[in-house]
This record gives sequence, C-alpha cells and structure tokens, in this order.
Amino acid sequence: MADGLVQARGLTKRFGRVEAVRGIDLDVGRGEVFGFLGPNGAGKSSAMRMIACVSPRTAGDLQVLGLDPDRDGPAVRARIGVVPQLDNLDLELTVRQNLHLYGRYFGLPRAAVRAKAVELLEFARLTERADDEVEPLSGGMKRRLTIARALVNDPELLLLDEPTTGLDPQARHLVWERLYRLKREGVTQIVTTHYMDEAEQLCDRLVVMDGGVIVAEGTPRELIERYSTREVLELRFEPEHRPAGDALAEVLAGRVDRVEDLPDRLLVYTADGDAAQAAVAAAGHRPLAALVRRSSLEDVFLRLTGRTLVD
Amino acid sequence: MTAEGVRSTGRVPGRLGGVARVVENHWEWYRRNWRATAVSTIVQPLLFLLAFGVGFGALVRGSGQAAAATGGADYLAWLAPGLLAMSAVQTGAFDSTYPVLSGFKWQRTYSAMTAGPITPGQVALGHLGWLAVKMAGAGLVFVAVIALLGGATGAGILVSVPIAVLTGVAVAAPITAYSATLETEGASFPAIFRFVVIPMTLFSGTFFPVDRLPELVRPLVWVSPLWHGTELARPVALGGPWPAWPAVVGHVVFLAALLAAGTALAVRTFTRRLAR
Ligand SMILES: Nc1ncnc2c1ncn2[C@@H]1O[C@H](COP(=O)(O)OP(=O)(O)OP(=O)(O)O)[C@@H](O)[C@H]1O
Ligand SMILES: [Mg+2]
Repeated sequence: MADGLVQARGLTKRFGRVEAVRGIDLDVGRGEVFGFLGPNGAGKSSAMRMIACVSPRTAGDLQVLGLDPDRDGPAVRARIGVVPQLDNLDLELTVRQNLHLYGRYFGLPRAAVRAKAVELLEFARLTERADDEVEPLSGGMKRRLTIARALVNDPELLLLDEPTTGLDPQARHLVWERLYRLKREGVTQIVTTHYMDEAEQLCDRLVVMDGGVIVAEGTPRELIERYSTREVLELRFEPEHRPAGDALAEVLAGRVDRVEDLPDRLLVYTADGDAAQAAVAAAGHRPLAALVRRSSLEDVFLRLTGRTLVD
Repeated sequence: MTAEGVRSTGRVPGRLGGVARVVENHWEWYRRNWRATAVSTIVQPLLFLLAFGVGFGALVRGSGQAAAATGGADYLAWLAPGLLAMSAVQTGAFDSTYPVLSGFKWQRTYSAMTAGPITPGQVALGHLGWLAVKMAGAGLVFVAVIALLGGATGAGILVSVPIAVLTGVAVAAPITAYSATLETEGASFPAIFRFVVIPMTLFSGTFFPVDRLPELVRPLVWVSPLWHGTELARPVALGGPWPAWPAVVGHVVFLAALLAAGTALAVRTFTRRLAR
C-alpha cells in the first residue's frame, strides 16, 4: 500500500434511503490511469466525490494521498485536480480570470498564477479566447477550460468525471492526447466514462460498477478475455424477418456462447464469427446486415450489466 | 520523468487566507460586472435621498411638527444616516438570496471553490465578508453625495458607515443561511422581500421616528435590526441626542447576536449543502 494513492475498503455512500455506493474496495497506484465504467446511476460520481474529499463517506475506510479525507480534506484537495461531471465555471468572467481566481484558491501567488494561466491556455488551445467571457464559448471549449483549470496546482491526482461527454470526436481526441501527456508526466488519473473506446484508450485498469458495487475489475484486455468471446457477430433484420434471440440461440446451439437481443440488433458471441454467420444463413435467416468483429469493452459491459454503455 | 517527480504546488491558504480568497473572487467578479448592480446599491438610495430628503424635506421644512419629530435637526440630515443603514440592509438582503442560490445551483461556483482547499464555511464567511466590503464602499459614496447636498452636519456621519455595515451584514447572515437550504427559489425570496424587508424599511424609524407609530405595533419594531442600526447611526451622525447607555448596549448586542447566530448558521447550512 506504500505506493497507493487511493485506497478504499468497504467504501459506502448513502443518500437517505438510496445507497449510491455499496461497499467498494479500490487501490490506485501512483502514475496509474484508473477507470470507472458503469451505467447511469451506478454510483461513479458518488465514488469520485468521496475520493475528491468533498462528499463525506457514510461508511468504510478511505485514504487519498495517504491521508484521511474526513480529517485532512483541505490538505488533500490542495494537491488534487477535479473535473466535475457538470462544468462549474464562472460564466461572467473571462477564460483567463477563471484560471487566475481558481489558482488563487490553492494559495498560489499572483505571479505564479499568471504564468501558469498562459501555459494552461496553450494546453487547452484557448489562447485565442483568453480574454473572452466564458458564457458564449462552445461546450467543448468550456470542458477544455474546466480540465485546464483542474491543472492549475500541478495536481498529483487528477479526477475526471466524464471528461469528454458532449464533445465532438475531434475535441475528444484532443482531450485524450492531453490526458496521455499528463500520464507520461506521472500524473495519476481516475476517469469515469460511458465510452468504451475512451476507457480502452486511457485506462491501465478499470472497474465496472453497477448498482453501487464493483462487478468486475482488470485491464481492458483481461476483462474482454474473461467476460466475452473472441468474436462477435452482429446481425440486423427487417422487423418482420427478425428471429427471437432465444430461437437463434437454439439454432446455433453448440457453436455460440450466447445471443444478446438488443432493440436494434442481435449480438452473437462466438469464437468463430464466420462459422456462426454461415450457420445463421443455413438455418434460413436472411439478415439485412451481418458483421463479424472482435469483442470490445462494450460487450463486457453488456454482459455484466445487461445494458449498453450509452443509453 | 519518474512518477515521484509530480509534486503539487497547491497548499491550504489558512483559515483567514481562505476567506480572503473568496472575497477576492467576489471583488474580481464585481469589478467586471458592477454596472448590473450599481443601480440597486448606489442609485436607488440616492433616489430615496432626493425624493424624501430633498423633495419631502422641503415640504416639511419649517413645520414645527417635523422639527419636533427630528429633535430639531434638518430633515435631510436626520434622514441620511437612516437611509445609509437602510441601503445596507437592502443590499444585504438582496445579495444573500438569488446570488447565493446561484452559487449552489445555477452557476455552481461554490462547488468550484470547495473542490480546492477552501472549505464551505470559508465560502459562507467570504460571501458575508464581501458584502461588508461592498456596503462600506457604497456607504462612502453615499456619504460623499450627502455631503454635496448639504446633509452632513459633521464627520460623525463617517462613523455611521460601519454601523450601517454591521446592520446590513447582520441581516444578510441569516438570509444567507436560509438561502443555502433552498433547492429552488419558489415563493421564498419574494416572500422575504414582501413580508420582511419592505415592512422593515418602512417601520424602522428611517423616514419618521417610531414613537409616531401606534403603541400596539411598537414591540414589533424592537425585533427589526434596521431599527437598532438606525438608533445607533443617527445620533452618531448628528452628534446627538444620545440614547441612554443601556439602550446603546442593547442595540449593539442585538445586532452582534444576530450576526453571530446568522453566521454560525450560514457556515452550517453551507457545509451541509456542499458536503453531501
Ligand atoms: N446529492 C444526492 N442526493 C440524493 N441522491 C443522490 C445524490 N447524488 C447521487 N444520488 C443518487 O445516487 C445514485 C448514484 O448516482 P451517481 O451520480 O453516483 O451515479 P453515476 O454513476 O455517476 O451516474 P451517471 O452516469 O448518470 O453520471 C443515483 O441513484 C442518484 O440518484
Ligand atoms: Mg455521474
């Protein structure tokens, strides 16, 4: 545990009668990028807010940077960076003022904050807009500013709650590239996300949360190997020709692991996608489209939670 | 590039330092956006001053009844310290309703402050501290205008500025505490203005002495912080006549107690709201 930046045992959060986090164990090591995956309401943000030393835990043990949030909350918060799920920028101030004032909360001298702001504006590609008010900026620019702001104190631990939700693909890639840079500089990161490509890109290790508990943990590769088959056959049908998932599973018995019946498509989990596709055709089914692909975290997620990642 | 190389530059700014950082934030915001609120903090009391002090004052000037009510003082000079306290109370009340709820709910700037080492209690104290600064600044502008209009009888009116600030913050503190408990503004804020702030400004001896009120309602005046503040600010500005010393002590204790209780409550409600 000597090197653990975050350690939780039986971490629990209750809001009245809702138990948002139900006894989770976590160990995040220095320099690691750690992910939380889970459907809406799984308890990701609640867990993040406890780690951020903002929300007091209901039960369990928690250490962040080796300190107890209940006792040393401000000391921990001084050394971490937080990107909340919802932006909380000061919309009536300029981009630069937002960075300046935020830096001042961390006890930084004015000169240091001014210099840091220039660097962060560059980092977030907002130099052009530095002296504009925040309000009219696009959602992606605001998000980048929120991320840049979280770096004003050179945090040892960066907490990112859905950093790229709502961004266009180009903006997301920019954020990923920036986060990767930070990782190389040794900044430990904890990320929540609904995007499995984001999780695969960024995370060394991740947990899947559902209903307040951790249902699986491992590297992206491990999780795919453990919870999914090598290949997936995706089938789309005209509504009138669409077989029930169970019926298809019966036809393919022995050849496939299982069949997922989604509203828009059927997913056939199998070691050999082409063989399965041939068997479907042999049984007289005429799919509109058929696609064989490798398993991804999306499939792990579906298997574990019964839900797709983005709903 | 070793992992151990990362060392945060952040540190905890200390108890008062944290409050000061919050005040600094409000100041920066005000510097950029003051025009929007200048009307209510400065122009509105000046309009009152012109309408009542100059207009209404001319009407009652020379009437023996007015002089008897003001203890012989010119009505404008008599009114000025009362208006000073009243505008501080109005600023305190207004700035502790919608802007506070916005800090929690609409803009969520308070959650940004407490993501760092600042505590919710420091956010509450910083809000009240900033209001004190703002009231003092507005009060000084107000005093300068009064002096130009000939309503200042001496330097005493400068001393009534801190009294007005005490009164305004004493009103702001419990309202701030209350606003922190609201999920939506609903009917609460209009009710505060309609049933607390407006009656208080009308019946606290700002425009006429409370001994002109019916005996029956006078006890209601005693719970008005604005009345306590006005009873202190006026003799200070006019150089007398002084109330008996137990009354002076009573006024100060009342305002100080309200401020202390309101502040303690605000720290609690902010903490409850932000740490959940
Ligand atoms: N402040 C709060 N008061 C009451 N209940 C809350 C509060 N915050 C969260 N909850 C509840 O806790 C549960 C977990 O919410 P949480 O925000 O942690 O989920 P999440 O995994 O972050 O979801 P999403 O992907 O939608 O962001 C939900 O049932 C939510 O309604
Ligand atoms: Mg969330």
